[in-house]
Amino acid sequence: MSSIDFTWLIGGPQGSGVDSGANVFSKVCAEMGYRIFGKREFYSNIKGEHSYFVVRVSDEEIHSNVNDVTLMASFDAETIFRHFNEVPKDGGIIYDSDLDKTTTDEVPTLDSYFKARLHKELESKNKPFTIAGVLAIAKEKGVHLYPVSFREILSNLAEKTENPKLKGLVRLFNVLAVSFSLGLIKMPLDPLLQSINSIFSKKPQIAEINKQAAHFAYNYAKSKFGNFQYALTGTTKQPDTILVQGHLGTSIGKMVSGCRFQSYYPITPASDESVYLESHELLEIHNDRPGSTIVIQTEDEISAMGMMIGAALTGTRSSTSTSGPGFALMAESLGWAGINEVPIVITLYQRSGPSTGLPTRHGQDDLLFAVHAGHGDFPKIVYASGDIEESFYDTGRCFNYADVYQIPVIHMMDKFLSSSVVTCKKFDPQKISIDRGLLLDKVDGEYKRFAFTDDGISPRSRLGLDNGVFWNTGDESDEFGHITEDPQVRIQMMDKRMSRLDLVTKRVPDDEQVVSFGVHDYTVISWGSTKGPILDAISILKKEGINIGFIQIKLIHPFPSDYVKSLLKDAKIIIDIEANHSGQLGKIFRQNVLREIDYFILKYTGRGMTSTEIYDSLKKIVENKANKREVLSHGA
Amino acid sequence: MALKLADYKTEVHNDWCPGCGDFGIVNALQMALAEMGIERDKATIFSGIGCSGKTSHFINTYGVHTLHGRVLTFAQGGKLANPEMTVVAVGGDGDGLGIGAGHFVAAGRRNIDMTYIIFDNGVYGLTKGQASPTLKLGEKTKSLPSPNTNYNVNPIGLAVASGFTFVARGYSYDVRHLKDLIIKAVRHKGLSFLDVLQPCPTYNDINTRDWYAGIDLAQESMERHSRIYKLEDTHFDPMVHYDNETEVNEKLSQALIKSLEWGNKIPIGVFYQNEIISQYSTRLTDKIPNYLENPPAQQRISENGLPITDVSEILDSLRV
Repeated sequence: MSSIDFTWLIGGPQGSGVDSGANVFSKVCAEMGYRIFGKREFYSNIKGEHSYFVVRVSDEEIHSNVNDVTLMASFDAETIFRHFNEVPKDGGIIYDSDLDKTTTDEVPTLDSYFKARLHKELESKNKPFTIAGVLAIAKEKGVHLYPVSFREILSNLAEKTENPKLKGLVRLFNVLAVSFSLGLIKMPLDPLLQSINSIFSKKPQIAEINKQAAHFAYNYAKSKFGNFQYALTGTTKQPDTILVQGHLGTSIGKMVSGCRFQSYYPITPASDESVYLESHELLEIHNDRPGSTIVIQTEDEISAMGMMIGAALTGTRSSTSTSGPGFALMAESLGWAGINEVPIVITLYQRSGPSTGLPTRHGQDDLLFAVHAGHGDFPKIVYASGDIEESFYDTGRCFNYADVYQIPVIHMMDKFLSSSVVTCKKFDPQKISIDRGLLLDKVDGEYKRFAFTDDGISPRSRLGLDNGVFWNTGDESDEFGHITEDPQVRIQMMDKRMSRLDLVTKRVPDDEQVVSFGVHDYTVISWGSTKGPILDAISILKKEGINIGFIQIKLIHPFPSDYVKSLLKDAKIIIDIEANHSGQLGKIFRQNVLREIDYFILKYTGRGMTSTEIYDSLKKIVENKANKREVLSHGA
Repeated sequence: MALKLADYKTEVHNDWCPGCGDFGIVNALQMALAEMGIERDKATIFSGIGCSGKTSHFINTYGVHTLHGRVLTFAQGGKLANPEMTVVAVGGDGDGLGIGAGHFVAAGRRNIDMTYIIFDNGVYGLTKGQASPTLKLGEKTKSLPSPNTNYNVNPIGLAVASGFTFVARGYSYDVRHLKDLIIKAVRHKGLSFLDVLQPCPTYNDINTRDWYAGIDLAQESMERHSRIYKLEDTHFDPMVHYDNETEVNEKLSQALIKSLEWGNKIPIGVFYQNEIISQYSTRLTDKIPNYLENPPAQQRISENGLPITDVSEILDSLRV
């Protein structure tokens, strides 16, 4: 059986069902046994701006998107203008033939910068500024064009089913686009019909209309569209596979880890997690009465942070979820949690900064900020997940680190992860352990919350515990938690708190700190969501006989300097790959490992990296043709 | 063993200025806790930043000295996670009505069952006497370079408008009356607010103890001269008696109008009380029936180090 590596793109105005179209397509492909890697791109807008979803489908393990789109399903003009160039020879474009004459000026959401670039290209190829113009370029390249009049299809369908209401139902465009695609790639229809049933399980009438449309479009494509060489007829299903969206790793991770309080303020791309937790606030507990997660939408991120700390002081596992701008507001309270040794978890879904930046786009811009957030010296952990599956288990680790070391933990996530949809192995809750550290259930005798101990960690009482009265203050304090300005106690207390950083690097298992995928002469260091595209890029290079090493650093603060140093001792060239402008991990690496980064591969367009881009850059590096700083720019 | 007043005092040295109005508030709070017999480990005093922020260190219950302006956020989080606990938040007027004004309004909307006491003295004492939100426009306390250029916040009016369901004012030199008000506030089902007039002897040379006592007025007349009078000594009825829009609106507007009285006659006592509006815990219980019996702080989350939360239904729904 030949290997399938197929990328499908659907685009349209925001609010037109691009997402649900993509979800149905992904679900159907996943049901057929394929691996899925999907990614959503959208503007900071509610309705009308261009959004799109690329779904990569393969019968082998995949961790990233690629540059080329094998089949583009469009139902508006903008998608064609923006993406026609991504479809290579032998690829296909399904489009609405009624749009043929549409000019670039007739699409108000095409911004002038993009239009100028497009016009230049069209001019150079002597083509009109219309859909017909760009499609002519595609055709000359060897792309198959599949014109279909969406309106005509709907009126035929309305006639056939004697349901005149169908005629003007533009909301069916997305289902039509998906069905044409499935027909074209000879995917069986049943999984699609089942998907529609499950999506509209509470609205049987709507399900029926969608199914009729799907049927009709599917058969239309099968009978009218020919010569497309890609057929996805199914493959062996992997056992225990789930299809998950980005925020579910940390959301379900929080439920399983026993997080019972989450306060948050709405922000893209973090709020999906909190909304999900609230929609699943009632929890089933083995052999016990039902539990619950209290999710509070606060008046701002400062309040989210204060409430979380207040809840954590009662012994409740507590967290918040935010993005860069919100996290900026949390910095003062973070220091309070630090000096008071409060275990909290901040899930930081990064996006492009600075300021509001590209509010709905990806970025790994906040690593240095997370490491340095808060004034004064206090210990914290900054821990980064590389993919959705990892983020589930890492959530459990973060809560354990917080409890065991009694310090705030910042769990680094990002927009690339949150708006991905992927297949992965079903999360296994039993692989998460729960370690509450020195949290007390009872107190006998005199109690000192910040008692000096051998390893600097004091038994922890909680608000409301019998005999466990303690004080907290943001001022320097004595062992009871009362204010002191005594210079000697100050030294002891600072040393007690800061000694925790060494404890973390000493006690956290090595493979939780750094994951090594092999070390070679050329070795990549990276963190977070670049993991997937890096893995895919180096695996293609390996097939070509080029070995590239990769170490994924998960524990970023405190930085595991000795371990990283020892891992990289045989590496000759270090390549830092990150989605930010300044190579932030590279700076931390230099500072701690005392070694220069040889090459940077960076991207800060707000669009996630593809494995194609990384492959190209790594190849240039190996061939000694690269700049010290390779800057990537693929993606609309 | 019944707890005595002394049990609620810590040995921490109190470094407030001699004659500070804050002493009266701490005393009243300790007396109230003792009178209600609240166990030391079943109450938490949350405090903000400034002189008043030190309050939590002087009271022998759980004490959480938080950040400037943020005391209500910490206190609400604590109360939501452990609703059995008695929670009192305290802070200055700059803390609660300046930097923390947003939290003040938001807390009112939630109506969580706890008490918030503002130590109201018109100045930022610990930073040497700058104008705070309750200082009147045009007034010049002694360390201001020029008269105050801002209009004052009306704490009672703001509380009433924000949804606080118990709104009262006390005076720190009438400790017994203040103690009674604190007891009423703590026993109120919902969010209670106490604005406590508290002379700062060092930086506020306008609203002094003598000024509240009306010594200046006494020079003009031989009659009773204290500026302070008690609402309960008048025919003022702060209570919303039944769930009716007209009744609620009347009591709200009456409280607002009363709160504007200032100058030679300053009312203290309860301005507004409404136990008909649901408290936050009721709103939570509507969606999480066993919230109060099994709140976050009580929930079991693991057994032998392994999770016990059952997410199999969710995971099955994601299965392909």
